[in-house]
Amino acid sequence: MKSTLMRGVVTAAAFAALAGTAMTGSALAQETVLRVAMTAADIPDWTGAPDQGYEGYRFAGYTMYDALALWDLSSSDKAADIVPGLATSWEVDPADPLTWTFKLREGVSFHDGCPWNADSAIWNFERVKNSASPQYNVRHAGMQGWAVGSLSGYEKVDDYTIKIHTTVPASMLPYSMAMLYMISNCGVEALGNDYDKYAERPAGTGPYKFDKLVPHERLELVKNDAYWNPDRIPKHDRLVLLPMPEASTRAAALLSGQVDFVEAPSPDTIPALKGAGMQIITVPYPHNWDYLLRVDEGPFSDLRVRQAANMSINRQDVADMLQGVAVPAYNTLIESQPWYGAPPIYEYDPEGARKLLEEAGCLPCKVKIGISTSGSGQMQPLPMNELVKEQMDEAGFEVELVPMDWNALISVFFQGSAASGFDGINFSMAPIDASQGVVNKWWSNMAPPNCCNWGFYKNEEVDKLALAAMAEFDAAKRDAILTEMNNMVMADAPELFIVHDLNPRALSPKLSGFVQAQSWFQDLTPIVVNP
Amino acid sequence: MWLYALRRLLMTIPILLGVTIICFALVKLAPGDPVQNLVRPETPPEDIAKLRAYYGLDQPVVIQYFVWLWRVLSGDLGTSIANNAPVASEVLRAFQNTIVIAIISVVLAFFASMALGIIAATRQGGLVDRFVTAVAVFGISVPTFWLAVVLVILFAVNFNWLPATGMGSSGSDSFNYFDWNDFKFAVMPIVALALPPLGIMTRTTRSALSEILNQDFILTLRAKGLSETSIIMHAVRNILPGAVAMLGLQLGYLIGGSVLVETVFTWPGTGFLLNKAILTRDIPLLQGTILVLATVFVLINLVVDLLQSLVDPRIKRI
Repeated sequence: MKSTLMRGVVTAAAFAALAGTAMTGSALAQETVLRVAMTAADIPDWTGAPDQGYEGYRFAGYTMYDALALWDLSSSDKAADIVPGLATSWEVDPADPLTWTFKLREGVSFHDGCPWNADSAIWNFERVKNSASPQYNVRHAGMQGWAVGSLSGYEKVDDYTIKIHTTVPASMLPYSMAMLYMISNCGVEALGNDYDKYAERPAGTGPYKFDKLVPHERLELVKNDAYWNPDRIPKHDRLVLLPMPEASTRAAALLSGQVDFVEAPSPDTIPALKGAGMQIITVPYPHNWDYLLRVDEGPFSDLRVRQAANMSINRQDVADMLQGVAVPAYNTLIESQPWYGAPPIYEYDPEGARKLLEEAGCLPCKVKIGISTSGSGQMQPLPMNELVKEQMDEAGFEVELVPMDWNALISVFFQGSAASGFDGINFSMAPIDASQGVVNKWWSNMAPPNCCNWGFYKNEEVDKLALAAMAEFDAAKRDAILTEMNNMVMADAPELFIVHDLNPRALSPKLSGFVQAQSWFQDLTPIVVNP
Repeated sequence: MWLYALRRLLMTIPILLGVTIICFALVKLAPGDPVQNLVRPETPPEDIAKLRAYYGLDQPVVIQYFVWLWRVLSGDLGTSIANNAPVASEVLRAFQNTIVIAIISVVLAFFASMALGIIAATRQGGLVDRFVTAVAVFGISVPTFWLAVVLVILFAVNFNWLPATGMGSSGSDSFNYFDWNDFKFAVMPIVALALPPLGIMTRTTRSALSEILNQDFILTLRAKGLSETSIIMHAVRNILPGAVAMLGLQLGYLIGGSVLVETVFTWPGTGFLLNKAILTRDIPLLQGTILVLATVFVLINLVVDLLQSLVDPRIKRI
């Protein structure tokens, strides 16, 4: 009797234990997966120099890699700014404005176990700057080399300190340092500097580690449990990135449960997505959908014609056509950026525009505008441009739209307005910081081929302010100079401002914890995938 | 017949050369260039020049073509500018992904069009005939892109019977055609691809068959007392060479991959690859893909021609 009871108790205990392990076993096997549908037509370069535009940086850059500085993507209420990343602090030498000292973060390792230190930093600079170095990668130099373009030298001071020298005072250097990814130097060296082999098992220091790749189809990353910032260790186990260039396909994939997070759903699908319980989130970010204008010659060289163009646009109509995923724009920058200033606000006034055109002796005013059929940040270019043309034609312009594919329009942008034969192009840009958004656009030195002053805008007062800003190392004072500079430029109406995109994203109701930053980059790590 | 096949094979060489020259010239004439996708506006001109030199794009156009040709003749299709991958493996993978759904679509379309064509031709003028013609016209005229999106809305979003996109839930490298969990991803692309060939082949089958059925020898066969089924089989044998030729053409067309269908379903096939190569001006990838596809197309046509002479002894290939 006693032995039967004992046997029964033991059996029951055994079953309980088995059930317990089975349950824990299955709990361990349940990996939380976040599946993201990107607008890119291909997987961005994952070896530390992302292509496919800023979407590449967003998904294949800041996920697996860090830079010396990082963008603070934790808030929806202000335009993102930079914070310490792999460098804990940086300062310019008070006696020598051409020398910076960067202190590097200690206790950080790459995903392959190699240590992060000053040698890694210098090695990474050489990778994109010095074509004589064994680790030089010409493709990486193309995409990332510009960040170190103005550097005249750099050296290691000790294991966690480096000095950087610039050719001219460059107060905004840290912003460039936020865009150069640090890849595992000892990892690449161990492979004999063979980047093709490195691509099979890339290693950065970021919150996600590379796991699996099916070329052109999916990139799978897993969370880095040992990430140096415990607040940003991903709250899901696996991140699956899927290129899905067709907007209706992205919406269908979300609705049918194949993906959880969709970039840029087309405006027409948003009511259906909302109706099905998806979370649609929008937030302003430094983006503009506008016409860059040629201002040195041609019809737009007259300020009155540029003002007339701005007065002819009914911006609310354009935003309404997009079902509210855009807002009217009067500036290259967005309101929450510190240098926004007080730009002229153009009321929709086609009659006033016509009067100005008559005064300027350009009525009807024939203009030739290059547009694209798609492209990063271009939103819905064909219907939007048709609407803009209609509005401008009503006010006395005669707009000739010349559509081309995105690659061809990029070419026109690189060429500059003078060589292109166009009076304007519809080319969206990303003024994410004061270099990209103010100095590189309006300083006359930045005309092509140097950079981004497509229209050859030249104003000597503005040029003086640009140089003053680059030499001003006090952030508050510099912001004041940049604001003054931006105000001066905006009064000159150098572009036809139309709308800013509101960065729509569609999320499955299963997701929580995502904070959409006012940035082209986003932090996916806080997302929780609920069952 | 073997001599004929050999001659045809030799003739493919000038055809392929011509195709590659034309494609190379067209891409070079188009505005834009591949290196742009690899740089930013801030990139200094010297770095852009270095990239150009790295890819041999600083050479004169004619030299670039011959350098490419020379490499191809030694078996090297080059590397894709966009992602540094060898063109041969890119094309092979995309080709594998397209060929299976292309063959299934065309075979499906062939048998369905045979059936529909026979039904219509034997009931000429009737309600069934008109219905079949309507189906054929629908197949030819409906925009495949629209059809693909509608299929996705119906079967993926509304009914949730089939997945909306992709090639398998873990990608094409683990795709198993014999596993329904994977194959269900291929169902809608196959249907969308099969419809235009179905339309075309139904119409041609129907008209060819009705022409044959109105001929005197059919009357003779009936008078001899042959069953209707046997008569139809006789008639079908007569139209088979034409039908097989049409099959070959349609297969060749589908192997180029339908860009629209592959984009909607994010199916990683040749159409998707070609589209991307054109939009990024990725010349090595473009040339390599076109060369392979043109070769396959020409070979399919050769096989079809040889098959025709097998099916119809009156056609002599010498």
